[in-house]
Amino acid sequence: MNSEILGVIATYVLTLVIAIPLGRYLAKVFAGEKTWTDFLKPIENGIYKLSGINPNQQMNWKQHMVALLTINSVWLVYGFFVLLYQDKLPLNPDGNPGMTPDLSFNTIISFVVNCNLQHYSGETGVSYFTQHFVLMFLHFTSAATGIAAAVVFFKAFRDKTTTQLGNYWEFFVKSITRLLLPLTVVVALILTFNGTPASYAGKDQFISLQGDTVNVSRGPAAQMIAIKHLGTNGGGWFGANSAHPLENPNYITNMTEAISQMIIPIAMIIAFGYFIRRKKLAWTIFGVMTIGMFMLLIPTISSELGGNPAIAKMGITQTTGAMEGKEVRIGALATSYWSTITTIVSTGSVNGMHDSTMPLTGAWQMLGMMINSFFGGCGVGLLNYFVYLIVAVFISGLMVGRTPEFLGHKVEAREVKIAAIITLLSPLLIMAGSALASYVFTNYGDANWAVKPGNWLNNPGFHGFSEMLYEMTSSNANNGSGFEGLGDNNIFWNVATGFVLILGRFLPIIGPIAIAGLLAQKKYIPESAGTLKTDTKTFALMTFAVIIVLNALSYFPALALGPIAEYFTMLK
Amino acid sequence: MVLLCVIYPLTIALAGKFSKGKGNGETISKNGKVVGYALLGQSFTKPEYFWGRPSAVGYNAAGSAGSNKGPSNPDYLKEVSNRINTLLKYHPGLSRADIPADMVTSSGSGLDPEISVQGALIQVKRVAQYRHLHEKAVVQLVEQNTRKATLGPEGVNVLKLNLALDQLQEK
Repeated sequence: MNSEILGVIATYVLTLVIAIPLGRYLAKVFAGEKTWTDFLKPIENGIYKLSGINPNQQMNWKQHMVALLTINSVWLVYGFFVLLYQDKLPLNPDGNPGMTPDLSFNTIISFVVNCNLQHYSGETGVSYFTQHFVLMFLHFTSAATGIAAAVVFFKAFRDKTTTQLGNYWEFFVKSITRLLLPLTVVVALILTFNGTPASYAGKDQFISLQGDTVNVSRGPAAQMIAIKHLGTNGGGWFGANSAHPLENPNYITNMTEAISQMIIPIAMIIAFGYFIRRKKLAWTIFGVMTIGMFMLLIPTISSELGGNPAIAKMGITQTTGAMEGKEVRIGALATSYWSTITTIVSTGSVNGMHDSTMPLTGAWQMLGMMINSFFGGCGVGLLNYFVYLIVAVFISGLMVGRTPEFLGHKVEAREVKIAAIITLLSPLLIMAGSALASYVFTNYGDANWAVKPGNWLNNPGFHGFSEMLYEMTSSNANNGSGFEGLGDNNIFWNVATGFVLILGRFLPIIGPIAIAGLLAQKKYIPESAGTLKTDTKTFALMTFAVIIVLNALSYFPALALGPIAEYFTMLK
Repeated sequence: MVLLCVIYPLTIALAGKFSKGKGNGETISKNGKVVGYALLGQSFTKPEYFWGRPSAVGYNAAGSAGSNKGPSNPDYLKEVSNRINTLLKYHPGLSRADIPADMVTSSGSGLDPEISVQGALIQVKRVAQYRHLHEKAVVQLVEQNTRKATLGPEGVNVLKLNLALDQLQEK
């Protein structure tokens, strides 16, 4: 057990050791200062030239959003048709079929929006061509989209009053060439040399020691697994994701994958501080997020290490913790740690099956996704946090009876309205979605779909409801993990989550960028004694309270019906 | 796109050629024939072999999945109870408290190559009996095949252990 504790501590410490300098480096890269990676400039210039981009052309926030939405729409259409006709395209050694239209619709949205909800299974559902030219490609671009959006937001607060927020394409290209691609190469090499397949060979067959014939799925997996974590995407090569021994061969790779999914979200916060020259603000945000993370992590670890009480009653001691859905080489502790980080940073990859975790663990996982800003996804985590921050600024302003301000700009009705709408959007999508799913489940159990609604739950009772709630939460948070027992490859889930995904992605990007853009245009008011300081402990506490109150009020009833009810029935 | 989808993956694939298993996954051979992948668990049901963990996909490596059973699911708990009874039946003298959790629960991937050290030790008596080996020799073999760890948990690769077992008997 001691070696397991040591393993998790080492993972966390290494994460910080890498993320903090990375943040400083990112601030320099996006500010256009000199860095040691400047030798990559010719490649970037080549890309600009090929695509006819002028990286010096300044954009305002609206132009940024138009650019972001346009390029994402192009990928949606392109990917949809590739998935549909993948059986007719090259690089399909296992002869996997094309997708149904509804599955293709869901899959492409899910990868474009950095969610990677997977209603197919990697081994049988997609070809190598699709894995590389659609899915892995989108792993890079969706992460870069989030990072570029965050940099626009950085820009808005760097100068006193401005509408010139840099060039979207420049941020986008640099996110890939200066950050994602170099790191991905390193991680992919670590994985490859630890046993993850990286070649294009198709299925293999062998006769096992006791004489069974076994087929083995393989393929160029290491390349995709590296970016799936760095970009907080989470879409795995194999169906079992990072629980699969080829996707996550040993403890070292497990640490590597856990570290790589955390570093960019943390680095973005640090970069924000350096970029706008307010380091203290960044550290305050970092502090709130870290406390939030530990408040979810510690109870998760305690409920998983305690084991399943129902199995304990059978006389099994479970000294290694609850092992259903977990792997021996990783262990319950590292799986708990992973389950927390993957839900708070919106990666959604798993190294153990969340459906089989203890009831309260499920509640913490869902809460992590509902808040979605304790670090959060690549770039977008900070944007989500910013919305809470604006609400906190507004409430504090009311409490002290002054016009609320943030970094020298007045926060007025329009900005607060946008923040309020974005905050209310998540509960609406999650609750309405789960309610609709429950309604279909109870009233149309026999509908003639690929999976009949009556059969789509893998577990009865409260846990079944949790499966549906989790799926909607994960879609809205663009997380992508699931209570995978849910029979989700049918028209209802494919279409319903498709819409939740797209709304849950782009509105929470556009909202904060709009607020930031609007604020940046306003006259700069120099700080005075009466200014509400946003980098103090008091204000940090205020933001934390806003996050907790908003989320507790929104989600407690739903969580009470699912995991909390299950927890209490198991106590009996 | 060319950079991301062609140059990058090919570079890694090329580098993979220099790793163990040449980037195809490391295989294990016996008498020149491939009998499995080092990282993939396989089904062992015969009494003269050490058994692996229960698997939701029957160790079919062309797919992978956990059971996704919730902790309070009555059908699932019945299944666990049956697994305990099977273990007790094949290992007379074994007490419930000695059974580690990993031997009665299925893994996340359904392909877990390892079991806990305790999971191997409880099977020693049975395996030794069926193979007419000294228990001590088998325990020693388990120890030799235990993956020691300074970070993370220890484990025993079932395939490698069984292979070593076959070799021991052939001597």
